[in-house]
Amino acid sequence: MPVGVTEISQSVYSLHMIIFWICVVIAVIVFGVMFWSIFHHRKSKGVKPASFHESTTVEIIWTVIPLLILVGMAVPATATLRQMYDTSDAEVDIQITGYQWKWRYQYLNEEIDFFSNLTTPKEQIENQAEKTDTYLLEVDNPLVLPVGKKVRFLLTSNDVIHSWWIPDFAVKKDAIPGFINEAWTKIDKPGTYRGQCAELCGKDHGFMPIVVVAMNDDDYAAWVAQQQTAKQAKAASAEKEWTLAELMTKGEQVYNTACAACHQANGMGIPGAFPALKGSPMATQDKAGHINIVLNGKAGTAMAAYGSQFDAVDLAAVITYERNAWGNDTGEIVTPQDIKQIQGQ
Amino acid sequence: MSTAHAHPDHDDHAQSYYVPAQSHWPIVAASGLFLLMFGMGNMMNNPDGAAKWLTLAGLLVIIWMFFGWFSAVARESMEGLYDEQMDRSFRWGMGWFIFSEVMFFAAFFGTLFYVRQFAVPWLAGEGSNAMTNELLWPGFMAEWPLMTTPDTDKFPGPEQIINPWHLPLINTVLLVASSVTLTWAHHALQKDKRAAVKGWLALTLVLGVCFLIIQAEEYIEAYTELGLTLASGIYGGTFFILTGFHGLHVTMGSIILLVMLIRIMKGHFDAKHHFGFEAAAWYWHFVDVVWLGLFLFVYVF
Amino acid sequence: MMNDMTQPELMHGHHGPARGITRWIYTTNHKDIGTLYLWFSFAMFLIGGCMALVIRSELFQPGLQLVQPEFFNQMTTMHGLIMVFGAVMPAFVGLANWMIPLMVGAPDMALPRMNNLSFWILPFAFAMLLSTLLMEGGGPNFGWTFYAPLSTTYAPPSVTFFIFSVHMMGISSIMGAINVIATILNMRAPGMTMMKMPLFVWTWLITAFLLIAVMPVLAGVITMMLMDIHFGTSFFDAGGGGDPVLFQHLFWFFGHPEVYIMILPAFGIISHIVPTFSRKRLFGYASMVYATASIALLSFVVWAHHMFTVGLPLAGELFFMYSTMLIAVPTGVKVFNWISTMFRGAISFETPMLFAIGFIVLFTIGGFSGLMLAISPADFQYHDTYFVVAHFHYVLVPGAVFSIIAGAYYWLPKWTGHMYDERLGQWHFWLSMVGVNLTFFPMHFIGLAGMPRRIPDYALQFADFNMIASIGGFLFGFSQLLFLYIVIKCVKGGQKAEDKPWEGAEGLEWQVASPAPYHTFAQPPRID
Ligand code: HEA
Ligand code: HEA
Ligand code: CUA
Ligand SMILES: [Cu+2]
Repeated sequence: MPVGVTEISQSVYSLHMIIFWICVVIAVIVFGVMFWSIFHHRKSKGVKPASFHESTTVEIIWTVIPLLILVGMAVPATATLRQMYDTSDAEVDIQITGYQWKWRYQYLNEEIDFFSNLTTPKEQIENQAEKTDTYLLEVDNPLVLPVGKKVRFLLTSNDVIHSWWIPDFAVKKDAIPGFINEAWTKIDKPGTYRGQCAELCGKDHGFMPIVVVAMNDDDYAAWVAQQQTAKQAKAASAEKEWTLAELMTKGEQVYNTACAACHQANGMGIPGAFPALKGSPMATQDKAGHINIVLNGKAGTAMAAYGSQFDAVDLAAVITYERNAWGNDTGEIVTPQDIKQIQGQ
Repeated sequence: MSTAHAHPDHDDHAQSYYVPAQSHWPIVAASGLFLLMFGMGNMMNNPDGAAKWLTLAGLLVIIWMFFGWFSAVARESMEGLYDEQMDRSFRWGMGWFIFSEVMFFAAFFGTLFYVRQFAVPWLAGEGSNAMTNELLWPGFMAEWPLMTTPDTDKFPGPEQIINPWHLPLINTVLLVASSVTLTWAHHALQKDKRAAVKGWLALTLVLGVCFLIIQAEEYIEAYTELGLTLASGIYGGTFFILTGFHGLHVTMGSIILLVMLIRIMKGHFDAKHHFGFEAAAWYWHFVDVVWLGLFLFVYVF
Repeated sequence: MMNDMTQPELMHGHHGPARGITRWIYTTNHKDIGTLYLWFSFAMFLIGGCMALVIRSELFQPGLQLVQPEFFNQMTTMHGLIMVFGAVMPAFVGLANWMIPLMVGAPDMALPRMNNLSFWILPFAFAMLLSTLLMEGGGPNFGWTFYAPLSTTYAPPSVTFFIFSVHMMGISSIMGAINVIATILNMRAPGMTMMKMPLFVWTWLITAFLLIAVMPVLAGVITMMLMDIHFGTSFFDAGGGGDPVLFQHLFWFFGHPEVYIMILPAFGIISHIVPTFSRKRLFGYASMVYATASIALLSFVVWAHHMFTVGLPLAGELFFMYSTMLIAVPTGVKVFNWISTMFRGAISFETPMLFAIGFIVLFTIGGFSGLMLAISPADFQYHDTYFVVAHFHYVLVPGAVFSIIAGAYYWLPKWTGHMYDERLGQWHFWLSMVGVNLTFFPMHFIGLAGMPRRIPDYALQFADFNMIASIGGFLFGFSQLLFLYIVIKCVKGGQKAEDKPWEGAEGLEWQVASPAPYHTFAQPPRID
């Protein structure tokens, strides 16, 4: 277990070590007596068995002593737990939403909002390329946090239960659809910290890592400012005229981060579980239905409502891509303006 | 530890025990259950398929099995094969079966208490859930019965709920009365007044059936007039699962009582030996007690 | 003379076993049914074990080699379900069927026909469960704990069949448990008071009580899942006012007692074997009984220790932490009693005793890791990692499974009338012992290093220990084929067993012939 970089993670670590050593000591005593008996009271040594079989005194002793040991463990544990539960007076509030299979981070005070996806290439997973050191623990957009400030996490989920876990912070909290769970941390040291989703959430549960980059105040402020500019640039790009080729390039990127996990990179889906897009009536004919399902999802399935996850450019691009890739070749363009118009209704 | 020593001598404590010989009924039961479950699974996943015939077949096999198995037991009992010990085994068996039923209902009552005490208030921001309400369900307020759900598009709440002091009250009276008449039937049986047994038992059965009719009436009203359905949020869910399983138990209980009535008419049971009848009565009283819990916590409070 | 009274001729019109297949299908004989249960559970152990080997093969190295994530999740889920409901529980019921009537001096179980039904539901239930793997969309893939909404809104269609098969298992268990209770409470030979009952009988009595108390709750919760899936209710959906966490409360209200259902009978078996081979009476019989009862009662109020990270209110978190820690006390009493029994005994090390000693040591280690998990703040780090996987395999494999194997060796002479091959038995023990530790000990380290459970692929820092665990898994698994061979060999023949093959053994079961006649105790024995 990592000692970690927060006060809490350090108390958890020492708690872990204390209990561990208590258990080791008890084990040594208990197994000691047992192996001593095994060696010295063997039948092959010709011993005669004793006949005692009861003693209220020792029974009481070995009920009370463990009880006292347990009380001794419970006291520090209670203190640490109380501290973990105190989410008051946070300086930064971040809403974290689990999606199958990625995380969304919304900075409530700064209005920053982005998704964080696994970036490990498929070739590495399928053993066709050398695995790097951060294999499966790398993302496109890490969560950026300031050092030395109390940060409050507001955890929830868009579909099934996920669990947000960074071992170095000793923060692990379930993200439950329809409810918000609170957790907090205060990081001591700048650095990059990695964790994983810790609750089985379906097919790609093993492929939704969490990366946190902790920065000192100045760097953090710069990062926030940069995010704001990027946001404006994006808004502007929705107004421009897009060509089919541009949309296809952009769409492929979006498709691979958001859609390929289920519908597969080749658009074939997984029979019985996820429908194919290649040659499907929806992706080749029913344009309105196609836009609708991407924007609003399909209730009761893994098909999420992407309308709230992506901006108009990305949505337009990915739909255009799906209608033209893998030989679907409809030649149709769906523009960001189309999307905005539909969303405006 | 037992330091037991066995003495093979046949002293007065030694008794013999009836061990039934081989029987084909259990395997019939297991196959019937399988057909039923497999059929129902297919039916639910694919409502238009032919699986309803599978389900029906399973149901028929099970009915046939109950008939055959219990006839065999009744026959053995009439032949005097069962001694006191066997009788006690049946009693323990039935008693613990009812305990398992209690725990089954406990799961649903537990659910009811949980959503009322915790889930719904939390969604409305109580406890440490202020942010749940603020970010996810702004404007949602806790109330019980829950008329406005957090997500009214997906689960439109009920428009109205059932007034406890109409049909449910009548049903309460009916069921309590049926417990009383059943007890009288039992007393009559113990005194060997068979005509009275028949009368009271028949009356109990009539009360039970009336209960079921009213319950059906209530469900129809709920669906057609009140907008109270399975899908109307957690109130509808808890309401129907509790009253539904209870109703199913009343149905089963009525069938059992009917069988008892038929057996009485055929001259089964005597003043001392009538555990079949008693077991039916235990079951009926248990169902009655569950209803009282329902009446209080589902309808009134 | 004992043998005389158990001869079939003295039975009231009863004969030996019927011939042919109907002997097994129609049987009402507790020994036949016990045998059926035991073979069934062994078959399930192999199937569930093969799934474990699929898991271990995939995890041998980082990267995806053998199976896709989707199928991996199905393997994990099915492995857990089959081992718990198909292997361990039926094995204990099988032992109960065989031994409880013999131990209390009863001619059979209290309700023999229902006994047959309890068994024969199982093959149907598991056939249905296994068939889901072939269905469109695949089998259950949401873990053996099937948390909503992954198992409701987001589940494959086969979940419907999964639910019904669990219903069937539940019915079977409840009927089995009712039978056990009725037998113990009502069929004891005259003179066998409650406090003279052998411990296996006591632990099963309490286990049966747990079963009847919690299996219906499981049935209730899966019924609610079914409603959410097919009938539009919102029990586990916040949108309608429900709560996904409610599912977990209900599941663990069943689930935690369930894990004690899998260990209490094991305690019973060990409490027979240790005194026998120590040639000394069990130390603290009465406190063993009280400890078992306390564990059972406590098990109803600790369930949320599986849910420390779901965001329980602080008070709940503390309550469940304290109550869970308390369980260490009665469990400790048991461990201390076993060791005091061995202390100043005259110990010999036949295979059952070896497995029993293995049990005591490794179960205690598993208990210690359980205690660590109980410390809520620390559990935030352990939860849903391989540390948990290590914990529960230590209590389940060298715990429950070792005790079953120990019991099988211990009673095989009584069942078959032959001694098993002691030399091979010793081999089986040592291979299992090495295999089990090689498999599950490294999982503690992987867990503490941060590897989540239920993942088909992992980061590079976990690679070495995973490789060791996989090798251990294969070693342990293949050692069980040796067990199969030993059992078959023993059934077929071997050195003739005496009525009481173990010098230090006590109890009624050793006073009937070996093999135990088809019908025993038609006239109840008297106990002083
Ligand atoms: C046979 C099954 C079995 C048994 C007996 C136990 C026994 C215990 N278990 Fe375990 N447990 C499981 C099966 C079992 N468990 C399973 C299957 C899971 C995972 C389910 C899933 O998520 O899939 C699990 C998970 C689990 C968790 C949840 C972890 C998580 O998901 O984060 C916790 C947490 O408290 C826990 C605690 C305990 C404790 C305190 C005991 C205690 O009973 C142990 C008591 C024993 C001892 C402590 C040792 C002997 C005592 C002494 C020698 C006395 C002196 C000792 C001291 C004073 C320290 N278990
Ligand atoms: C009593 C219960 C029990 C038993 C005995 C076992 C036995 C084993 N278990 Fe486990 N296990 C669970 C209960 C059990 N398990 C549960 C409840 C889970 C949680 C599931 C979940 O997360 O939902 C789990 C999860 C689990 C995981 C984690 C999976 C994950 O998180 O993704 C792993 C990984 O290594 C594992 C491994 C093993 C291994 C190697 C064995 C070995 O001991 C098995 C050895 C036995 C054999 C291998 C059989 C012998 C057969 C052969 C050798 C084949 C030859 C036969 C023929 C050809 C006929 N188990
Ligand atoms: Cu998300 Cu696991
Ligand atoms: Cu538990």
